[in-house]
Amino acid sequence: MSTLIKQDILVELLANAGTGFEQVRVAGKEAFQAQGFPTNKSEEYKFTAITKKIEQRIQNFQLAGAFEVTAEQVKSNVFEGFEGDVLVFTNGHFQQALSSTVEGVEISPLSEKASTALGSIAKPEKDPFCALNQSSFDGGVFISVPKKAQIQKPILFLNFFKANAGQVIQPRVWIEAGDFAEVTFINHSVNLSDTSYFVNKVVEVKGGVNTQIRYYKLQNEGENAIEVSNIETDIQKDGRFTSVNISLSGEMVRNNLSINILGSNSEGNMYGLYLLDGKSHVDNHTNVDHTVPHSESNELYKGILAGSSRGVFNGKIFVRQDAQKTNAFQQNNNILLSEDAVVNTKPQLEIWADDVKCSHGCTTGQLDEEALFYLQARGIGKEQARGLLLYAVAGEVIEHITDESFRDYCIAQVQERLGSNF
Amino acid sequence: MLTIKNLHASIEGTPILRGINLEVKAGEVHAIMGPNGSGKSTLASVLAGREEYEVTEGEVSFKGKDLLDLSPEDRAREGVFLAFQYPVEIPGVSSTNFLRTAVNQVREYRGEEALDAVKFLTLMKEKMKLVEMDQKLLSRALNEGFSGGEKKRNEIFQMAMLAPTLSILDETDSGLDIDALRIVSNGVNQLKSKDNATIVVTHYQRLLDYIVPDFVHVLYKGQIVKSGTKELALELEEKGYDWIKDEVDSKATV
Ligand SMILES: Nc1ncnc2c1ncn2[C@@H]1O[C@H](COP(=O)(O)OP(=O)(O)OP(=O)(O)O)[C@@H](O)[C@H]1O
Ligand SMILES: [Mg+2]
Repeated sequence: MSTLIKQDILVELLANAGTGFEQVRVAGKEAFQAQGFPTNKSEEYKFTAITKKIEQRIQNFQLAGAFEVTAEQVKSNVFEGFEGDVLVFTNGHFQQALSSTVEGVEISPLSEKASTALGSIAKPEKDPFCALNQSSFDGGVFISVPKKAQIQKPILFLNFFKANAGQVIQPRVWIEAGDFAEVTFINHSVNLSDTSYFVNKVVEVKGGVNTQIRYYKLQNEGENAIEVSNIETDIQKDGRFTSVNISLSGEMVRNNLSINILGSNSEGNMYGLYLLDGKSHVDNHTNVDHTVPHSESNELYKGILAGSSRGVFNGKIFVRQDAQKTNAFQQNNNILLSEDAVVNTKPQLEIWADDVKCSHGCTTGQLDEEALFYLQARGIGKEQARGLLLYAVAGEVIEHITDESFRDYCIAQVQERLGSNF
Repeated sequence: MLTIKNLHASIEGTPILRGINLEVKAGEVHAIMGPNGSGKSTLASVLAGREEYEVTEGEVSFKGKDLLDLSPEDRAREGVFLAFQYPVEIPGVSSTNFLRTAVNQVREYRGEEALDAVKFLTLMKEKMKLVEMDQKLLSRALNEGFSGGEKKRNEIFQMAMLAPTLSILDETDSGLDIDALRIVSNGVNQLKSKDNATIVVTHYQRLLDYIVPDFVHVLYKGQIVKSGTKELALELEEKGYDWIKDEVDSKATV
């Protein structure tokens, strides 16, 4: 089945992909051809039939190119009270004229940076979509935060998507941070299409010694969005990377998040919330690789599923033989609010070192009826009591967002959702 | 204020309450005692509106309204308060936020204006004093990690905040040390007035030294099998329940 679509898509995409990066693209293409689209037998995509979805929805394997947005559109999609800098993208293409310059940070369209480093962190052999992106990414941005730079205000990636008749969008982002740098990114997308589209995005983040990097992402692009996202980071000695991922909708979304811990005394944190209804399908695959002694990872993913939505959580923790004194914590809790909602959750621990502390737990259940009655017995209406309890679950993830305006925006979005179909 | 007539209730098809009759008037304190499993908490839960229990027969009127017809939240808004035997821990819900929502929803139902943050805080401080509630507890999630005694005290604090007309205290004294017992009883006594009423469910006569009941009832096998005054509690403490059980069981076999 997938050989047909593999060839079609590659030929089409490569024909109109941007130029430059020949070596990188060839490596991507070869890696993709070796893997092909995942089939229903692929272990990694067992619960997420993304290939089928693409076949159904994406008739036109053309890249949706850049388009214009107005300054007003930009302004109206920035969170109230947001004080950081805004970088604007249309279908993955960096719109420099509409974007802020960030003091002390080098930001340029990826095409101007003929870097051979692309693919050195998010390796194309590991995932077919990562490889596909590498073969034919379009647009993108290069960001370099110099050594010791303390970027206090967050940097917002504001992505506008507009595609016709099921086009494909393949953004690519390269972020590197020098030693002791500190920076926060927020990724927010706005869907302007009224047909299905497929976003296949890769973000690579190269940390330095003692860098502090936060990467927040909100997914709420609605029913038309089919998305695969690969975010991968290398953390060095004393470094810290914190991801918060909030998914509120999507026809089919797959997030691959990988943290490679390459230096000791470092920390990787992954927090996630999927709050879904209707037919939304969100799959979070996370991977943390402890390769050296004395490092820590914390992971908390929470799911609230209504309607006939589907959630998938797969959390890999890899502790190499050398990685003694690793502390790894993982937790995934799900609440199913309807009989048709489904969640598949799987911790996947591979521990080769003997002196480690690892704990993990997965739960799936219904809303706590006793707690609900307790709140009602104090005069709180049933709907509101449900909202309070569900919000409590969501809040445990949202509270890890440090930027106030983005946090408030997420809270408002979540509360709005909880007030409607849940 | 509260009239219970021939109340029958069952859970998952098993009858638990089997014909309860009780009349509680404003200003009164009623104690309900009885052996484990006799149905005391079931009665309390049915009055508060817990849906797992199915009322199969009988009626309950509260201030002239059909209580059984109301949702749990509306019963609370009408002035019924249940201090739970086992208060529920609710992680992620802040005590203060919860109380403010509760107080304001109750006020809204009664046609009163919502309390703003300042007024709410003032009220809270006043009531905290009443039960010597530690501020630190209220900055935590609702009941989360509270000790048994702290949970019970929090129930009475919530009761003080909501100012109910009918309070049902389900074994609020169990697990309290003597100081906590005195504090909790003090709180209850200070909230007592000629317009409200209290039902205390307890196993121990010692509570009734502090909260003096007008009537004492013994619940056994889902029925009130004996009623009396506070002396009945003393007698029960001395003699246990066996004599009552014998009385009832022998009647049943005749
Ligand atoms: N959810 C339930 N399912 C089945 N039986 C139940 C359930 N809840 C209560 N019961 C039964 O109902 C009976 C009465 O229970 P209840 O909790 O009302 O007793 P109680 O008088 O409050 O006892 P205690 O003094 O131990 O608190 C018991 O036999 C109990 O096992
Ligand atoms: Mg009981």
